[in-house]
Amino acid sequence: MTNQKEIVSKAEMNRIEKLFQTKPNRVLNVYFTAGYPKLDDTVSILKALEASGADLIEIGIPFSDPVADGPTIQASNDVALNNGMTLKLLMEQLKDVRQKVSVPIVLMGYINPIVQYGIERFCEDCAARGIDGLILPDLPMFEYLEVYKPIFEKNGLLNTFLITPQTSEARIREIDNNTSGFIYMVSSASTTGAKTGISEEQEAYFKRVNSMGLKNPRLIGFGISNKETFDKACKNANGAIIGSAFIKVLGQEGDMEANINEFVNGVIR
Amino acid sequence: MKIKVDERGYYGNFGGAYIPEMLYPNVEELRDNYEAITSDPDFKKQFDQLLKDYVGRPTPLYLAERLSEHYGAKIYLKREDLCHTGAHKVNNTIGQILLAQRLGKKKIIAETGAGQHGVATATVCALMGVECIVYMGEVDMARQKPNVERMRILGAEVRPATSGSKTLKDATNEAMRHWINNPTDTHYIIGSVVGPHPYPEMVARFQSVISAEIRTQLKEKEGTELPNYVVACVGGGSNAAGAFYNYYDEEEVALVAVEAAGLGNTTGKSAATTTLGKPGILHGSKTLLMQTEDGQVVEPYSISAGLDYPGIGPVHAHLFETGRGTFYSVTDEEAMKAGIQLSRLEGIIPAIESAHAFAALNQMSLKPDDLVVINLSGRGDKDLETYIKWGKY
Repeated sequence: MTNQKEIVSKAEMNRIEKLFQTKPNRVLNVYFTAGYPKLDDTVSILKALEASGADLIEIGIPFSDPVADGPTIQASNDVALNNGMTLKLLMEQLKDVRQKVSVPIVLMGYINPIVQYGIERFCEDCAARGIDGLILPDLPMFEYLEVYKPIFEKNGLLNTFLITPQTSEARIREIDNNTSGFIYMVSSASTTGAKTGISEEQEAYFKRVNSMGLKNPRLIGFGISNKETFDKACKNANGAIIGSAFIKVLGQEGDMEANINEFVNGVIR
Repeated sequence: MKIKVDERGYYGNFGGAYIPEMLYPNVEELRDNYEAITSDPDFKKQFDQLLKDYVGRPTPLYLAERLSEHYGAKIYLKREDLCHTGAHKVNNTIGQILLAQRLGKKKIIAETGAGQHGVATATVCALMGVECIVYMGEVDMARQKPNVERMRILGAEVRPATSGSKTLKDATNEAMRHWINNPTDTHYIIGSVVGPHPYPEMVARFQSVISAEIRTQLKEKEGTELPNYVVACVGGGSNAAGAFYNYYDEEEVALVAVEAAGLGNTTGKSAATTTLGKPGILHGSKTLLMQTEDGQVVEPYSISAGLDYPGIGPVHAHLFETGRGTFYSVTDEEAMKAGIQLSRLEGIIPAIESAHAFAALNQMSLKPDDLVVINLSGRGDKDLETYIKWGKY
């Protein structure tokens, strides 16, 4: 059983690395919360996003206390939990996901639900489903290095750390040394979905980091909501991440697939 | 056994700093500076002076003779209820406002449940002329209206936390989000021994004046600094941490922590974290946490809004795990009765939080020679409405 798992994970490794090799610019990563708007939407959203041209998909594991998130993503977490979403159920839903989509997938989640699930079991289950990477924003660096890293690596999972405008140069270097896949560049001092538009000050920060010659590709997130902000972000990074704006799209009336298609095309066109 | 925080902020298996990168520079700044700042002689002088002249310290250590007679042991009360603003909370807010000033911070934010920490924060901000925003759950704002108005009279802005269950844990989430959005000019005054390192240890040190005074006062009265028991209620656990701090390593002193069992630990309406919780991560630290199997945080319940928190400070999780602390839990009904009993025997109406500590006396097997110190963490003025509603007196 273990052998089979290892073969599966190794054969499908590095979708994220392959992506950045073949497409170093204008990578669009779209975030959605698992279990929102409806409990069983996970796979249909993944398919619709892939069909619309999203390059990378970030599935959020809902949590009762998402401190880094603004009102839109908080509300989607609440709805998802009220719908009955759990990490166990998400793993069920993703069981055959690699027979349905080939787009790279990362799971994003606050650490507590993952600790309760069991970190080894979580990583093994991710590998068995063909998940490519993880974003765990409240996982301390030292604990990652001492405890989590070998488990992630054994299961072919890349790990993304975040940087912000306040992150010191020394820490950006440290994060660059310990990130795999891509660095998540938080665009401003804010929670998700809090600001609209990109200021000159933010662009200066994008440029500053761009000129540091980091090893890892960078995706800019927080405040990216449309073509204009996506284009601005892509000038000084390898791409960008859209979260809150996409959650709003999922909350709209009408045909979800058509709405997703229209939104994604509006951004990348 | 030594109870001590390590370099990374852990007490044994609990503590640490589980924070998103957005909070890292703020928390790092605090971690790298708080020890140097708070051990500076000027800081100490100003802190001690304010505790003496403004808070009214030292608070008395009072031999409660009729209560002692009732329980057949020698029981002293540490009168934190006589602090300015009515509870121990102000010891910490004085310390943190002085720290914030030395860090060059211009604005203060805080979270509050029952409103006591919010009032203590609004008070020191008024004292120092600093802008103050207090986050409070929308549900708690309705339950604790007088404290909302006290904060407003003191010039603070009270912002409702409307997310999640709209209580203390959500007020804490909102304060953290505010800090993420305002990372350079703002200091976050956390009110208990919770949150990411260095908060639990820093708050405990500011509160440790309680046990430092107990030692001196008990020596004067009894010829020994060491009682057999120190008893305190635990929500997040700041008054208990303060009362225990200078006794952590005195193993002959039993540290008794009393949690709120609400309607009972089997009813689903309780806040007794050590009974109902398991290790988990919330608000930046690993601790014991009331949660579902899926790791979602469970909303606690207690008649006392100050004990209504789903976790406990990491140091208390460590005291529990190692057996250094003895933990009891007390129902709403038992606490209310103990509050009335203290009122009738000693003429002191305690805060309902503190009443929980007194109710634990019924569960302890006390001997006539036993020396007991109960930390009377706050007064009951704020709880009159709850006493009246309960009505059995």
